[in-house]
Amino acid sequence: MTSAPLISVSELRRTYKVKTTGGWFSPTAELKAVDGVSFDIRPGETLGLVGESGCGKSTTAKLVLGLIPATSGKVVFEGKPVAADSKRAWREQRRRMQMVYQDPLGALDRRLPVGTQAMEPLDIFGEGTKVERRDRMLALFDAVGLPRTSVDRYPHELSGGQRQRVVLARALMLRPSLLVCDEPISALDVSIQAQVINLLKDLQEQLGVAYLFISHDLKVVRHVSHRVAVMYLGRIVESGRPEEIMRAPAHPYSQALISAVPSPRARGKERIVLEGDPPSPVDIPKGCAFHPRCPLATDRCRSEAPELHPFGEQRHVACHRAGVSITSARGAA
Amino acid sequence: MLAYIATRVGRAIFTIFLVLTFSFTILAATGDPALLIMSVDAPPEAIEAFRERYGLDASVWQQYIGYLGNLLQGNFGQSLRDGRDAWDVVVERIPLTLALTVPAFLLKIGIGIPAGIYAALHRNSFLDRLVMMISVAGYTVPSFVLGLILILIFAVNLGVLPSGGQDTWRHAILPIVTLGTAGAAIIARYTRSAMLEVLGQPYIRTARATGVPWPKAVRRHALPNAAIPTLTVVGLMVGSLIAGAVVVESVFSWPGVGRLLISAVANRDLMIVQAILLLVAVCMVTSNLLVDIAYGLIDPRLRGRSGSRKT
Amino acid sequence: MREPLVRINGLTIDFDTGQSNVRALHGFDLQIEKGEAVGIVGESGSGKSITWLGALGLLGPRARVAGSVRLDGREILGLGEREMAAIRGKRVAMIFQDPTSSLNPVHRIGQQLVESLVLHRGMSARSASAEARRLLERVQIAAAAQRLSEYPHELSGGMNQRVMIAMALAGEPDLLIADEPTTALDVTIQAQILEVLKEMRRETGMGLVIISHDLGIVAELADRVVVMYAGRPVETAPVSRIFDAPCHPYTRGLLAALPEIDGALERLVAIPGQVPEPHKLPPGCPFAPRCAQVNAKVCDETVPPMRAIAQDHAAACALIHTAKPEALRSLELA
Repeated sequence: MTSAPLISVSELRRTYKVKTTGGWFSPTAELKAVDGVSFDIRPGETLGLVGESGCGKSTTAKLVLGLIPATSGKVVFEGKPVAADSKRAWREQRRRMQMVYQDPLGALDRRLPVGTQAMEPLDIFGEGTKVERRDRMLALFDAVGLPRTSVDRYPHELSGGQRQRVVLARALMLRPSLLVCDEPISALDVSIQAQVINLLKDLQEQLGVAYLFISHDLKVVRHVSHRVAVMYLGRIVESGRPEEIMRAPAHPYSQALISAVPSPRARGKERIVLEGDPPSPVDIPKGCAFHPRCPLATDRCRSEAPELHPFGEQRHVACHRAGVSITSARGAA
Repeated sequence: MLAYIATRVGRAIFTIFLVLTFSFTILAATGDPALLIMSVDAPPEAIEAFRERYGLDASVWQQYIGYLGNLLQGNFGQSLRDGRDAWDVVVERIPLTLALTVPAFLLKIGIGIPAGIYAALHRNSFLDRLVMMISVAGYTVPSFVLGLILILIFAVNLGVLPSGGQDTWRHAILPIVTLGTAGAAIIARYTRSAMLEVLGQPYIRTARATGVPWPKAVRRHALPNAAIPTLTVVGLMVGSLIAGAVVVESVFSWPGVGRLLISAVANRDLMIVQAILLLVAVCMVTSNLLVDIAYGLIDPRLRGRSGSRKT
Repeated sequence: MREPLVRINGLTIDFDTGQSNVRALHGFDLQIEKGEAVGIVGESGSGKSITWLGALGLLGPRARVAGSVRLDGREILGLGEREMAAIRGKRVAMIFQDPTSSLNPVHRIGQQLVESLVLHRGMSARSASAEARRLLERVQIAAAAQRLSEYPHELSGGMNQRVMIAMALAGEPDLLIADEPTTALDVTIQAQILEVLKEMRRETGMGLVIISHDLGIVAELADRVVVMYAGRPVETAPVSRIFDAPCHPYTRGLLAALPEIDGALERLVAIPGQVPEPHKLPPGCPFAPRCAQVNAKVCDETVPPMRAIAQDHAAACALIHTAKPEALRSLELA
């Protein structure tokens, strides 16, 4: 695919100043929520952003949409830079990029019928006549698999899965080319998750919308993404096609992450269990951020932070020891 | 922890300052005290002399600065009625007020807290509903209505207790009961909802699941956590120990600080009013401060060690 | 025959909602031998958690628990609170989903551990402190001595869950019930907790009930699995058979609907509809409205009982016995 990227993010950084204790005079430290993230998303494709808590994936989502300003770096959407300044140009861009959150009940107003809420984006941007808006809303309700009878229902009268569909319909009202989904199915029952996963894929095929799909759940990300980026402490440590990464992860953290996912097929297989908890984004270790927990760490890892470099076709890894398998290193030891 | 306290003290001082300024401004805007205190047909020279004597002829701003300056030297001004030091006038009334408010306070927590805890532990039982109904009655009936009713029953009809004045300890009974009732009702409600909230928490389930006997679980796990919100309410009540009895003192003719405040306002006795307001502000602010410090002692989450999670 | 450690018969749980009684658990039967690990799989509303909360008397006053729960032959349902408290923690321990909220925020970690130790092992405060430290080390918490004087909010979720496991071990129970112990944790931390649980079982020979919606976790820890739906058990089998030869349409639907980390990448087959609410259950089989193989005449009439299909493998489906197993497997799930 040689088409220009729909959205291009380069060296995005976002730091917060935090107080280390609660008082007025405590020293401030830097919290590096996002520490130099770059990626492209092509039209109609899905980039899965995967990582555990504190890795910066939700902050990245907000930076991409321009909901919070970046400390440095830039985001270019459909050829134009995204400025997080709430001015007119940005608000125009927002028609083309929307967000879907984890909690569908929280995303909907309890007091309004869902049909009205779904039409709101059209009302806000003044698109079409009243009749046209309603028609579009009904068409999208059909597309997301909601019965027309639900148009006048209130959010609490619908199930979790149905609510998430309403949220999706609303997000698609303005024909966005990019949908940022932040853990869109984590709050749903497992048997419903499959419905929404399939729906997202079908909508992508029908409408050509691209997704930035953020999740901690590798299994889901594998199913919906064309490309995956693994984040750790604000940086992307590995990116590439999901199948390649899941089958043969190159970065030690990816290896641990994938090995940690329990699978009925691989019961009793040897797992890579990392020591300790991830350090806080307030004091990121020098050198490679992962080295304190990495079973393969060397002196170089402790002093020199690795950059993302190409590793095979369409793959990038940020590791000095990329491609070394932890389990075989163990076996050899 | 030190930073926590220092912050709070700083804010406390600032609050007192705000109260002073605010009350000074309001009082200054309500009219000329000279005209009120001197009778209507006093000659203008007398009024002028009065004003001069008490510094009322200067501009409001100058009076304000002068007042602050005096305060810092411990001079609270003079009563416009009899020229005595405002400080003395107020302070001599404090023990009388405390004689009512302190026993009332003990009554409030002595009845309110156990009632609230009991109601929470036996939720939706008959006694719980009874306690809650009584408590609603307790804090919705205005204190002067309650006071008058009690006087009617005990002083007029039964004749067992005196209706006013402060000669013997018997005179104190009805005012204390009147004062304590509303407070007890409020504390009962707060304690009950604090307990209910705590009893629904996962760690209580853990305590039960690990085999801690229920009475012990309540004592060691629930109560300490329920104390935290209850402390706020109790703290506020401590703050009103000095001036919380204004209405009751009036109903029962009890010559405490409250009654003094009413008469001082009526007489535009500025310095007395300012002095009482200052006293009240200091009390409130101090009790809030003590509550905040107590919070920090009881609830380890507030001691300000955020951000650094260990691995 | 030797008496199993736990024998549950016909356990039912009703909740008094003020207006009516809603049945949340309809007749649960299970036997657990000493040292066995059983996995309970289900979604919300399946009754997987309340079964055990009810068995231990941990549900609130609105719950009515009926049936029989025997621990080592002794009936424990209906025992007074004090006798139940003696069993909880000492014979049967339970750990829950959100570890940080499950610990008392105003007590230090050491305090909470010592409380358990003094209670169940009659230790003096002093020896309890030393033992508390040893327990923390057993669950692989680094710098255990320092942790004892810390508060739950100062530790991470993973560490707090390990503290909970240590507390559960303090009483040296015969059975540990773990209710979604890793759901609130990151996946690499989850792997640590699963390791700790496995290690503890190896060391102590303790039995385990692992409750989860995640089949993978259950596969890791359990020898046997019970699948629950809408307050009823629908299938029970040894772990390998559940995944290799599931029989109940719900189990099969679940396996087809769950994304996996390995294996072929196929389109997920979603189960249509949603889980019925406890007060709106269909008259017959609770899964019938969503079942691809439903036969209205049979399935909507009565609730199918659990029937044995093979050795140690039972399912509650009326259709399984009317068709040969091969024919069943060839039926397509729409």
